[in-house]
Amino acid sequence: MATEARILTGGQAVAEAMRQIDPDVVPMYPITPQTPIIQGFATFVAQGRAHGELVDVESEHSAMSAAIGAALAGARTITATSSQGLALMAEVVYIAASMRAPVVMAVGNRALSGPINIHCDHSDSMLVRDSGAIQLFAENAQEAYDLMLIAPRLAEHPDVLLPVLICQDGFTITHSAEPVVLLEDDVAREFVGEYRIPNSLLDVRYPTTQGPFAMPDYYFELRHQQLAAMQAALPVFEQMASEFYALSGRRYHSVEPYALDGADHAIVCLGSTGGTVKDVVDELRAEGEAVGLLELRSFRPLPRHDVRTALDSIRTVSVLDRADSPGGAPPLFAELAAALHGTEVDLRSFVYGLGGRDLHPEQIRAVFTEDSGAYIGLRGAPCPA
Amino acid sequence: MKEIRWHARAGQGAKTASQLYATARLHEGQSVQAFPEYGPERRGAPLRAYTRIDDKPIRRHDAIMHPDVVVVLEPSLLHEVDVTEGLAPDGIVLLNADTAPASLAGLDVRCVPAARIAGDSKFVNLVLVGALAAVLHDPVDAVADAAIELLGGKVAHDEIRTAVEKGYACLS
Repeated sequence: MATEARILTGGQAVAEAMRQIDPDVVPMYPITPQTPIIQGFATFVAQGRAHGELVDVESEHSAMSAAIGAALAGARTITATSSQGLALMAEVVYIAASMRAPVVMAVGNRALSGPINIHCDHSDSMLVRDSGAIQLFAENAQEAYDLMLIAPRLAEHPDVLLPVLICQDGFTITHSAEPVVLLEDDVAREFVGEYRIPNSLLDVRYPTTQGPFAMPDYYFELRHQQLAAMQAALPVFEQMASEFYALSGRRYHSVEPYALDGADHAIVCLGSTGGTVKDVVDELRAEGEAVGLLELRSFRPLPRHDVRTALDSIRTVSVLDRADSPGGAPPLFAELAAALHGTEVDLRSFVYGLGGRDLHPEQIRAVFTEDSGAYIGLRGAPCPA
Repeated sequence: MKEIRWHARAGQGAKTASQLYATARLHEGQSVQAFPEYGPERRGAPLRAYTRIDDKPIRRHDAIMHPDVVVVLEPSLLHEVDVTEGLAPDGIVLLNADTAPASLAGLDVRCVPAARIAGDSKFVNLVLVGALAAVLHDPVDAVADAAIELLGGKVAHDEIRTAVEKGYACLS
Protein backbone atom coordinates (compact mmCIF):
# COMPACT_ATOMS: atom_id res chain seq x y z
CA MET A 1 0.00 0.00 0.00
CA ALA A 2 2.79 2.44 0.88
CA THR A 3 6.04 3.28 -0.83
CA GLU A 4 9.45 3.08 0.83
CA ALA A 5 10.49 5.99 3.05
CA ARG A 6 12.20 8.82 1.15
CA ILE A 7 14.06 11.86 2.40
CA LEU A 8 11.74 14.80 1.86
CA THR A 9 11.38 18.23 3.41
CA GLY A 10 7.95 19.16 4.74
CA GLY A 11 7.55 21.47 1.74
CA GLN A 12 8.41 18.70 -0.72
CA ALA A 13 6.14 16.26 1.10
CA VAL A 14 3.16 18.62 0.78
CA ALA A 15 3.98 19.22 -2.90
CA GLU A 16 3.88 15.43 -3.36
CA ALA A 17 0.48 15.34 -1.65
CA MET A 18 -0.70 18.06 -4.05
CA ARG A 19 0.60 16.06 -7.02
CA GLN A 20 -1.44 13.07 -5.84
CA ILE A 21 -4.55 15.14 -5.13
CA ASP A 22 -4.03 16.85 -8.51
CA PRO A 23 -6.27 19.86 -7.80
CA ASP A 24 -8.04 21.59 -10.67
CA VAL A 25 -6.86 25.10 -9.81
CA VAL A 26 -3.86 26.39 -7.85
CA PRO A 27 -3.68 30.18 -7.51
CA MET A 28 -0.17 30.91 -6.29
CA TYR A 29 1.97 33.69 -4.97
CA PRO A 30 5.42 32.86 -3.54
CA ILE A 31 6.56 33.67 -0.02
CA THR A 32 9.26 32.18 2.19
CA PRO A 33 9.05 29.56 3.69
CA GLN A 34 6.13 28.08 1.77
CA THR A 35 7.67 28.71 -1.68
CA PRO A 36 9.06 25.14 -2.01
CA ILE A 37 5.45 23.91 -1.87
CA ILE A 38 4.13 25.84 -4.88
CA GLN A 39 7.48 25.57 -6.65
CA GLY A 40 7.40 21.81 -6.15
CA PHE A 41 3.85 21.55 -7.44
CA ALA A 42 4.59 23.83 -10.42
CA THR A 43 7.51 21.55 -11.28
CA PHE A 44 5.18 18.54 -11.26
CA VAL A 45 2.81 20.38 -13.61
CA ALA A 46 5.71 21.31 -15.91
CA GLN A 47 6.73 17.63 -15.95
CA GLY A 48 3.19 16.57 -16.83
CA ARG A 49 2.87 14.69 -13.54
CA ALA A 50 0.08 16.98 -12.29
CA HIS A 51 -2.51 18.77 -14.37
CA GLY A 52 -3.94 21.63 -12.34
CA GLU A 53 -4.38 25.11 -13.74
CA LEU A 54 -1.70 27.30 -12.16
CA VAL A 55 -2.82 30.88 -11.77
CA ASP A 56 0.01 33.34 -11.17
CA VAL A 57 -1.65 36.12 -9.25
CA GLU A 58 -0.27 39.48 -8.14
CA SER A 59 -0.72 39.04 -4.37
CA GLU A 60 -1.99 36.68 -1.71
CA HIS A 61 -5.18 38.73 -1.49
CA SER A 62 -5.78 37.77 -5.12
CA ALA A 63 -4.66 34.19 -4.51
CA MET A 64 -7.43 33.58 -2.00
CA SER A 65 -9.94 35.58 -4.06
CA ALA A 66 -9.19 33.41 -7.10
CA ALA A 67 -9.35 30.31 -4.91
CA ILE A 68 -12.85 31.19 -3.71
CA GLY A 69 -14.09 31.73 -7.25
CA ALA A 70 -12.58 28.49 -8.47
CA ALA A 71 -13.76 26.40 -5.52
CA LEU A 72 -17.33 27.69 -5.78
CA ALA A 73 -17.36 27.26 -9.53
CA GLY A 74 -16.77 23.56 -8.96
CA ALA A 75 -13.00 23.13 -9.10
CA ARG A 76 -10.90 21.55 -6.36
CA THR A 77 -8.58 24.38 -5.32
CA ILE A 78 -5.40 24.51 -3.26
CA THR A 79 -3.04 27.35 -2.41
CA ALA A 80 -0.27 28.02 0.09
CA THR A 81 1.09 30.95 2.07
CA SER A 82 3.06 32.19 5.08
CA SER A 83 3.29 35.18 7.39
CA GLN A 84 2.72 38.49 5.56
CA GLY A 85 1.00 36.57 2.79
CA LEU A 86 -1.56 35.22 5.22
CA ALA A 87 -1.89 38.69 6.74
CA LEU A 88 -2.58 40.20 3.32
CA MET A 89 -5.17 37.55 2.49
CA ALA A 90 -6.78 37.55 5.96
CA GLU A 91 -9.75 39.62 4.77
CA VAL A 92 -10.46 37.08 2.06
CA VAL A 93 -9.96 34.04 4.34
CA TYR A 94 -12.98 35.27 6.30
CA ILE A 95 -14.93 35.52 3.05
CA ALA A 96 -13.88 32.02 1.98
CA ALA A 97 -15.25 30.68 5.26
CA SER A 98 -18.47 32.67 5.05
CA MET A 99 -19.05 31.59 1.44
CA ARG A 100 -18.33 28.03 2.57
CA ALA A 101 -15.61 27.61 -0.04
CA PRO A 102 -13.72 24.35 0.67
CA VAL A 103 -10.30 25.74 -0.27
CA VAL A 104 -7.29 23.84 1.08
CA MET A 105 -4.26 25.91 1.98
CA ALA A 106 -0.80 24.80 3.10
CA VAL A 107 0.73 27.21 5.60
CA GLY A 108 4.44 27.38 6.39
CA ASN A 109 4.15 29.18 9.71
CA ARG A 110 6.36 32.25 9.96
CA ALA A 111 6.50 35.23 12.30
CA LEU A 112 4.57 38.32 11.29
CA SER A 113 6.53 41.52 10.76
CA GLY A 114 7.84 43.57 12.35
CA PRO A 115 10.64 43.50 12.66
CA ILE A 116 10.71 41.55 9.43
CA ASN A 117 11.77 37.95 10.02
CA ILE A 118 11.52 34.77 7.97
CA HIS A 119 11.52 32.12 10.73
CA CYS A 120 8.83 30.22 12.53
CA ASP A 121 6.28 31.24 15.04
CA HIS A 122 2.50 30.90 14.98
CA SER A 123 1.52 34.57 14.88
CA ASP A 124 0.34 34.23 11.25
CA SER A 125 -2.04 31.37 12.09
CA MET A 126 -3.31 33.23 15.14
CA LEU A 127 -4.11 36.28 13.01
CA VAL A 128 -6.80 34.23 11.21
CA ARG A 129 -7.84 32.38 14.36
CA ASP A 130 -11.41 33.69 14.20
CA SER A 131 -11.81 33.61 10.41
CA GLY A 132 -13.85 30.43 10.37
CA ALA A 133 -11.10 28.44 8.64
CA ILE A 134 -10.12 25.05 10.06
CA GLN A 135 -6.47 24.87 11.19
CA LEU A 136 -4.63 21.58 11.67
CA PHE A 137 -0.98 21.56 12.85
CA ALA A 138 1.60 18.98 11.75
CA GLU A 139 4.46 17.90 14.00
CA ASN A 140 6.76 16.72 11.19
CA ALA A 141 7.00 16.26 7.43
CA GLN A 142 5.13 12.95 7.47
CA GLU A 143 2.20 14.51 9.30
CA ALA A 144 2.18 17.49 6.96
CA TYR A 145 1.85 15.09 4.01
CA ASP A 146 -0.80 12.96 5.71
CA LEU A 147 -2.92 15.90 6.88
CA MET A 148 -2.69 17.47 3.41
CA LEU A 149 -4.31 14.34 1.95
CA ILE A 150 -7.03 14.36 4.60
CA ALA A 151 -7.68 18.10 4.09
CA PRO A 152 -9.82 17.99 0.91
CA ARG A 153 -12.07 15.29 2.39
CA LEU A 154 -12.59 17.41 5.49
CA ALA A 155 -13.05 20.71 3.64
CA GLU A 156 -15.53 19.28 1.11
CA HIS A 157 -17.65 17.23 3.49
CA PRO A 158 -21.26 18.47 3.15
CA ASP A 159 -21.53 19.05 6.91
CA VAL A 160 -18.35 21.16 6.90
CA LEU A 161 -17.68 23.10 3.65
CA LEU A 162 -14.98 25.32 5.13
CA PRO A 163 -11.42 26.29 4.17
CA VAL A 164 -8.81 24.00 5.74
CA LEU A 165 -5.31 25.25 6.62
CA ILE A 166 -2.60 22.60 7.04
CA CYS A 167 0.05 24.30 9.14
CA GLN A 168 3.68 23.24 9.42
CA ASP A 169 6.48 25.12 11.17
CA GLY A 170 8.41 27.28 8.73
CA PHE A 171 11.99 26.05 8.05
CA THR A 172 11.87 23.67 11.03
CA ILE A 173 9.57 21.42 8.98
CA THR A 174 9.20 23.07 5.56
CA HIS A 175 12.96 22.90 4.94
CA SER A 176 14.01 19.98 7.15
CA ALA A 177 14.51 16.68 5.31
CA GLU A 178 13.15 13.62 7.09
CA PRO A 179 11.98 10.14 6.14
CA VAL A 180 8.48 10.35 4.64
CA VAL A 181 6.38 7.43 3.45
CA LEU A 182 3.98 8.33 0.64
CA LEU A 183 0.84 6.42 -0.25
CA GLU A 184 0.81 4.90 -3.71
CA ASP A 185 -0.60 7.46 -6.15
CA ASP A 186 -3.75 5.51 -6.99
CA VAL A 187 -4.46 4.80 -3.31
CA ALA A 188 -4.09 8.49 -2.45
CA ARG A 189 -6.32 9.51 -5.37
CA GLU A 190 -9.00 7.03 -4.46
CA PHE A 191 -8.93 8.22 -0.85
CA VAL A 192 -9.33 11.87 -1.87
CA GLY A 193 -12.01 11.11 -4.47
CA GLU A 194 -13.89 13.45 -6.78
CA TYR A 195 -14.65 17.08 -5.95
CA ARG A 196 -18.31 17.64 -5.22
CA ILE A 197 -20.00 20.68 -3.74
CA PRO A 198 -23.73 21.19 -3.29
CA ASN A 199 -24.26 24.44 -5.25
CA SER A 200 -21.72 24.91 -8.01
CA LEU A 201 -21.81 28.39 -9.55
CA LEU A 202 -21.46 26.88 -13.00
CA ASP A 203 -24.43 24.55 -12.59
CA VAL A 204 -26.80 26.42 -14.92
CA ARG A 205 -29.67 24.05 -14.17
CA TYR A 206 -29.78 25.35 -10.61
CA PRO A 207 -28.64 28.97 -10.68
CA THR A 208 -27.61 30.35 -7.28
CA THR A 209 -26.60 33.70 -5.87
CA GLN A 210 -23.46 33.51 -3.74
CA GLY A 211 -21.92 36.05 -1.44
CA PRO A 212 -24.85 38.45 -1.19
CA PHE A 213 -25.33 41.31 1.25
CA ALA A 214 -26.60 40.28 4.71
CA MET A 215 -27.99 42.96 6.96
CA PRO A 216 -28.81 42.65 10.69
CA ASP A 217 -31.76 40.46 9.74
CA TYR A 218 -29.53 37.57 8.53
CA TYR A 219 -25.82 38.22 9.29
CA PHE A 220 -25.97 36.67 12.78
CA GLU A 221 -27.66 33.47 11.55
CA LEU A 222 -25.20 33.05 8.68
CA ARG A 223 -22.22 33.47 11.01
CA HIS A 224 -23.82 30.98 13.39
CA GLN A 225 -24.02 28.41 10.58
CA GLN A 226 -20.23 28.61 10.29
CA LEU A 227 -20.02 27.79 13.97
CA ALA A 228 -22.18 24.71 13.42
CA ALA A 229 -19.95 23.67 10.49
CA MET A 230 -16.87 24.03 12.70
CA GLN A 231 -18.45 21.82 15.35
CA ALA A 232 -19.29 19.25 12.69
CA ALA A 233 -15.67 19.27 11.57
CA LEU A 234 -14.50 17.41 14.70
CA PRO A 235 -16.43 14.15 14.14
CA VAL A 236 -15.82 14.40 10.37
CA PHE A 237 -12.07 14.71 10.99
CA GLU A 238 -12.11 11.65 13.25
CA GLN A 239 -13.95 9.70 10.56
CA MET A 240 -11.55 10.76 7.79
CA ALA A 241 -8.54 10.09 10.04
CA SER A 242 -9.92 6.64 10.72
CA GLU A 243 -10.28 5.92 6.99
CA PHE A 244 -6.75 7.25 6.46
CA TYR A 245 -5.47 4.97 9.21
CA ALA A 246 -6.88 1.96 7.39
CA LEU A 247 -4.77 2.90 4.35
CA SER A 248 -1.58 4.13 6.02
CA GLY A 249 -1.37 2.68 9.53
CA ARG A 250 -0.94 6.24 10.81
CA ARG A 251 -3.72 7.39 13.14
CA TYR A 252 -4.54 11.03 13.84
CA HIS A 253 -6.85 12.59 16.40
CA SER A 254 -7.88 16.19 16.96
CA VAL A 255 -6.05 16.00 20.32
CA GLU A 256 -3.23 13.54 20.85
CA PRO A 257 -2.18 12.60 24.38
CA TYR A 258 1.35 11.30 25.00
CA ALA A 259 2.19 9.62 28.31
CA LEU A 260 -0.70 11.42 30.00
CA ASP A 261 -1.80 8.39 32.07
CA GLY A 262 -1.00 9.15 35.68
CA ALA A 263 0.75 12.41 34.80
CA ASP A 264 0.94 15.19 37.42
CA HIS A 265 2.26 17.74 34.97
CA ALA A 266 1.44 18.05 31.27
CA ILE A 267 2.61 20.36 28.51
CA VAL A 268 0.20 21.51 25.77
CA CYS A 269 1.62 22.75 22.47
CA LEU A 270 1.21 22.94 18.68
CA GLY A 271 3.49 21.94 15.81
CA SER A 272 7.06 20.65 15.66
CA THR A 273 7.75 21.37 19.34
CA GLY A 274 5.61 18.34 20.21
CA GLY A 275 8.34 16.00 18.98
CA THR A 276 11.01 17.60 21.14
CA VAL A 277 8.65 17.52 24.15
CA LYS A 278 8.06 13.77 23.60
CA ASP A 279 11.81 13.12 23.95
CA VAL A 280 11.92 15.12 27.19
CA VAL A 281 8.83 13.33 28.53
CA ASP A 282 10.51 9.96 27.88
CA GLU A 283 13.68 11.07 29.70
CA LEU A 284 11.76 12.38 32.71
CA ARG A 285 9.48 9.33 32.83
CA ALA A 286 12.62 7.16 32.92
CA GLU A 287 13.72 9.24 35.94
CA GLY A 288 10.38 8.55 37.63
CA GLU A 289 8.73 11.93 36.95
CA ALA A 290 5.00 11.77 36.15
CA VAL A 291 4.94 14.07 33.12
CA GLY A 292 3.12 14.00 29.78
CA LEU A 293 2.08 15.92 26.69
CA LEU A 294 -1.18 16.90 25.02
CA GLU A 295 -0.57 17.83 21.42
CA LEU A 296 -3.34 19.69 19.63
CA ARG A 297 -3.60 18.48 16.05
CA SER A 298 -6.66 20.68 15.55
CA PHE A 299 -6.46 24.27 16.74
CA ARG A 300 -9.62 25.26 14.85
CA PRO A 301 -11.97 23.77 15.76
CA LEU A 302 -10.56 23.66 19.28
CA PRO A 303 -11.64 20.24 20.62
CA ARG A 304 -12.67 21.74 23.94
CA HIS A 305 -14.46 18.67 25.29
CA ASP A 306 -11.58 16.29 24.52
CA VAL A 307 -9.04 18.75 25.92
CA ARG A 308 -10.99 18.97 29.15
CA THR A 309 -11.42 15.20 29.43
CA ALA A 310 -7.70 14.65 28.82
CA LEU A 311 -6.49 17.25 31.32
CA ASP A 312 -9.09 17.86 34.04
CA SER A 313 -7.53 15.47 36.55
CA ILE A 314 -3.94 16.63 36.03
CA ARG A 315 -2.43 18.81 38.74
CA THR A 316 -0.40 21.20 36.57
CA VAL A 317 -0.80 22.05 32.89
CA SER A 318 1.83 24.23 31.19
CA VAL A 319 0.73 25.77 27.91
CA LEU A 320 3.51 26.62 25.43
CA ASP A 321 2.46 29.40 23.06
CA ARG A 322 4.52 30.22 19.97
CA ALA A 323 2.68 33.54 19.67
CA ASP A 324 1.82 36.28 22.08
CA SER A 325 -0.99 38.78 22.50
CA PRO A 326 0.35 42.08 23.80
CA GLY A 327 -1.96 43.26 26.55
CA GLY A 328 -3.87 39.97 26.67
CA ALA A 329 -3.44 36.23 27.22
CA PRO A 330 -1.39 34.22 24.71
CA PRO A 331 -3.85 32.54 22.32
CA LEU A 332 -3.37 28.85 23.16
CA PHE A 333 -3.34 29.62 26.89
CA ALA A 334 -6.63 31.51 26.54
CA GLU A 335 -8.17 28.44 24.83
CA LEU A 336 -6.96 26.14 27.59
CA ALA A 337 -8.23 28.48 30.29
CA ALA A 338 -11.68 28.37 28.67
CA ALA A 339 -11.57 24.58 28.19
CA LEU A 340 -10.50 23.94 31.81
CA HIS A 341 -12.72 26.56 33.43
CA GLY A 342 -14.12 25.30 36.74
CA THR A 343 -11.51 22.54 37.19
CA GLU A 344 -8.79 22.49 39.85
CA VAL A 345 -6.00 22.42 37.26
CA ASP A 346 -3.07 24.74 37.99
CA LEU A 347 -2.74 26.29 34.52
CA ARG A 348 0.50 28.05 33.53
CA SER A 349 1.42 30.14 30.53
CA PHE A 350 4.74 30.10 28.66
CA VAL A 351 5.70 31.93 25.47
CA TYR A 352 8.61 30.58 23.43
CA GLY A 353 10.23 30.54 20.03
CA LEU A 354 9.06 33.89 18.64
CA GLY A 355 10.72 34.75 15.33
CA GLY A 356 12.32 31.31 15.12
CA ARG A 357 14.17 31.27 18.43
CA ASP A 358 15.11 27.68 19.14
CA LEU A 359 13.59 25.67 22.02
CA HIS A 360 16.03 23.19 23.54
CA PRO A 361 15.19 20.04 25.50
CA GLU A 362 16.78 21.53 28.65
CA GLN A 363 14.32 24.44 28.46
CA ILE A 364 11.37 22.05 28.19
CA ARG A 365 12.77 20.10 31.13
CA ALA A 366 12.90 23.36 33.10
CA VAL A 367 9.16 23.89 32.44
CA PHE A 368 8.44 20.46 33.94
CA THR A 369 10.76 21.00 36.92
CA GLU A 370 9.24 24.46 37.52
CA ASP A 371 12.54 26.23 36.89
CA SER A 372 11.45 28.20 33.83
CA GLY A 373 10.39 31.78 33.42
CA ALA A 374 7.22 32.60 31.50
CA TYR A 375 9.16 33.74 28.41
CA ILE A 376 11.40 30.80 27.53
CA GLY A 377 14.74 31.80 26.03
CA LEU A 378 14.11 35.55 26.32
CA ARG A 379 17.30 37.50 27.01
CA GLY A 380 17.21 40.17 29.70
CA ALA A 381 14.55 40.65 32.35
CA PRO A 382 10.91 40.19 31.31
CA CYS A 383 8.64 43.16 31.85
CA PRO A 384 6.61 43.11 35.11
CA ALA A 385 3.48 40.94 34.95
CA MET B 1 22.52 9.66 18.18
CA LYS B 2 25.17 11.16 15.90
CA GLU B 3 25.01 14.86 15.11
CA ILE B 4 26.98 16.41 12.26
CA ARG B 5 27.44 20.08 11.40
CA TRP B 6 28.56 21.17 7.93
CA HIS B 7 30.34 24.49 7.32
CA ALA B 8 30.59 25.90 3.81
CA ARG B 9 29.87 28.93 1.71
CA ALA B 10 26.43 29.09 0.11
CA GLY B 11 26.66 27.34 -3.25
CA GLN B 12 29.32 24.78 -2.25
CA GLY B 13 26.88 21.94 -1.72
CA ALA B 14 26.76 21.62 2.08
CA LYS B 15 22.96 21.28 2.10
CA THR B 16 23.21 18.57 -0.55
CA ALA B 17 25.94 16.83 1.46
CA SER B 18 23.82 16.93 4.62
CA GLN B 19 20.84 15.34 2.81
CA LEU B 20 22.98 12.90 0.89
CA TYR B 21 24.60 11.51 4.00
CA ALA B 22 21.17 11.28 5.64
CA THR B 23 19.82 9.39 2.62
CA ALA B 24 22.66 6.87 2.86
CA ARG B 25 21.97 6.26 6.54
CA LEU B 26 18.21 5.97 5.90
CA HIS B 27 18.88 3.22 3.36
CA GLU B 28 21.00 1.50 6.01
CA GLY B 29 17.93 1.41 8.27
CA GLN B 30 18.59 4.40 10.52
CA SER B 31 16.41 7.38 11.32
CA VAL B 32 17.67 10.69 9.96
CA GLN B 33 17.10 14.43 9.72
CA ALA B 34 18.93 16.99 7.55
CA PHE B 35 18.41 20.73 7.65
CA PRO B 36 20.27 23.89 6.69
CA GLU B 37 20.45 27.03 8.78
CA TYR B 38 18.93 29.90 6.85
CA GLY B 39 20.27 33.40 7.07
CA PRO B 40 20.72 35.92 4.29
CA GLU B 41 20.59 33.91 1.07
CA ARG B 42 23.52 35.00 -1.07
CA ARG B 43 26.18 32.99 -2.84
CA GLY B 44 29.42 32.87 -0.88
CA ALA B 45 27.92 33.68 2.54
CA PRO B 46 28.95 31.35 5.38
CA LEU B 47 26.34 28.64 5.78
CA ARG B 48 25.72 25.79 8.20
CA ALA B 49 23.83 22.59 7.56
CA TYR B 50 23.11 19.71 9.90
CA THR B 51 22.56 15.96 9.81
CA ARG B 52 21.13 13.91 12.67
CA ILE B 53 21.31 10.12 12.69
CA ASP B 54 19.85 7.72 15.24
CA ASP B 55 18.83 4.10 15.60
CA LYS B 56 15.37 5.09 16.85
CA PRO B 57 12.92 7.53 15.23
CA ILE B 58 14.05 11.15 15.53
CA ARG B 59 11.27 13.33 16.93
CA ARG B 60 13.12 16.38 18.22
CA HIS B 61 13.27 19.48 16.04
CA ASP B 62 15.71 21.72 17.87
CA ALA B 63 19.01 22.92 16.44
CA ILE B 64 22.20 20.90 16.88
CA MET B 65 24.29 22.61 19.58
CA HIS B 66 26.94 19.97 20.33
CA PRO B 67 27.90 18.18 17.11
CA ASP B 68 29.92 14.97 17.23
CA VAL B 69 31.52 15.79 13.89
CA VAL B 70 32.09 19.13 12.17
CA VAL B 71 32.80 18.99 8.43
CA VAL B 72 34.48 22.10 6.99
CA LEU B 73 34.14 22.30 3.21
CA GLU B 74 35.74 25.71 2.94
CA PRO B 75 39.02 26.24 4.85
CA SER B 76 38.89 30.05 4.54
CA LEU B 77 35.92 29.94 6.94
CA LEU B 78 38.35 29.11 9.78
CA HIS B 79 39.20 32.84 9.84
CA GLU B 80 35.55 33.95 9.88
CA VAL B 81 33.54 31.42 11.83
CA ASP B 82 34.18 29.45 15.02
CA VAL B 83 33.74 26.04 13.41
CA THR B 84 34.47 24.24 16.68
CA GLU B 85 31.70 26.05 18.61
CA GLY B 86 29.92 23.56 20.87
CA LEU B 87 31.91 20.61 19.52
CA ALA B 88 31.36 17.54 21.70
CA PRO B 89 34.33 16.76 24.04
CA ASP B 90 35.55 13.85 21.90
CA GLY B 91 34.31 15.48 18.69
CA ILE B 92 36.03 15.30 15.32
CA VAL B 93 36.80 18.07 12.85
CA LEU B 94 36.90 16.91 9.23
CA LEU B 95 38.69 19.59 7.27
CA ASN B 96 39.26 20.27 3.58
CA ALA B 97 43.03 20.93 3.92
CA ASP B 98 46.46 19.28 3.69
CA THR B 99 47.35 19.87 7.32
CA ALA B 100 45.58 21.07 10.44
CA PRO B 101 46.16 24.74 11.28
CA ALA B 102 47.63 25.70 14.65
CA SER B 103 44.28 27.25 15.64
CA LEU B 104 42.79 23.74 15.89
CA ALA B 105 45.69 22.30 17.97
CA GLY B 106 44.56 19.83 20.62
CA LEU B 107 41.47 18.75 18.69
CA ASP B 108 40.91 15.55 16.75
CA VAL B 109 41.32 17.00 13.25
CA ARG B 110 41.19 14.77 10.18
CA CYS B 111 42.48 16.48 7.04
CA VAL B 112 41.47 15.63 3.50
CA PRO B 113 42.79 17.72 0.59
CA ALA B 114 39.32 17.53 -0.89
CA ALA B 115 39.67 20.42 -3.35
CA ARG B 116 42.78 18.85 -4.86
CA ILE B 117 41.22 15.37 -4.94
CA ALA B 118 38.04 16.71 -6.52
CA GLY B 119 40.11 18.57 -9.12
CA ASP B 120 38.15 19.74 -12.11
CA SER B 121 34.99 17.95 -10.97
CA LYS B 122 34.76 20.46 -8.09
CA PHE B 123 32.88 17.85 -6.01
CA VAL B 124 34.51 18.88 -2.73
CA ASN B 125 31.26 17.98 -0.98
CA LEU B 126 31.23 14.43 -2.37
CA VAL B 127 34.88 13.84 -1.45
CA LEU B 128 34.16 14.95 2.11
CA VAL B 129 31.00 12.85 2.36
CA GLY B 130 33.14 9.86 1.36
CA ALA B 131 35.73 10.83 3.97
CA LEU B 132 32.96 11.17 6.59
CA ALA B 133 31.86 7.62 5.86
CA ALA B 134 35.42 6.49 6.62
CA VAL B 135 35.54 8.52 9.85
CA LEU B 136 32.22 7.07 11.06
CA HIS B 137 33.02 3.55 9.81
CA ASP B 138 30.07 3.49 7.42
CA PRO B 139 30.08 1.51 4.17
CA VAL B 140 31.24 3.67 1.28
CA ASP B 141 28.87 2.01 -1.19
CA ALA B 142 25.77 3.24 0.64
CA VAL B 143 27.07 6.82 0.40
CA ALA B 144 28.01 6.53 -3.26
CA ASP B 145 24.61 5.00 -4.07
CA ALA B 146 22.83 7.81 -2.21
CA ALA B 147 24.93 10.39 -4.07
CA ILE B 148 23.96 8.85 -7.39
CA GLU B 149 20.31 8.74 -6.27
CA LEU B 150 20.33 12.47 -5.49
CA LEU B 151 22.65 13.80 -8.21
CA GLY B 152 22.70 11.07 -10.84
CA GLY B 153 20.15 12.82 -13.01
CA LYS B 154 22.57 15.66 -13.71
CA VAL B 155 26.06 14.18 -13.33
CA ALA B 156 27.79 11.08 -14.69
CA HIS B 157 27.46 8.24 -12.18
CA ASP B 158 31.15 7.24 -12.49
CA GLU B 159 32.25 10.75 -11.63
CA ILE B 160 30.09 10.76 -8.50
CA ARG B 161 31.27 7.34 -7.34
CA THR B 162 34.92 8.21 -7.94
CA ALA B 163 34.72 11.40 -5.87
CA VAL B 164 33.06 9.60 -2.94
CA GLU B 165 35.46 6.65 -3.07
CA LYS B 166 38.56 8.85 -3.25
CA GLY B 167 37.43 10.72 -0.14
CA TYR B 168 36.74 7.45 1.64
CA ALA B 169 40.14 6.00 0.66
CA CYS B 170 41.87 9.06 2.07
CA LEU B 171 40.82 8.28 5.68
CA SER B 172 40.16 4.56 5.73
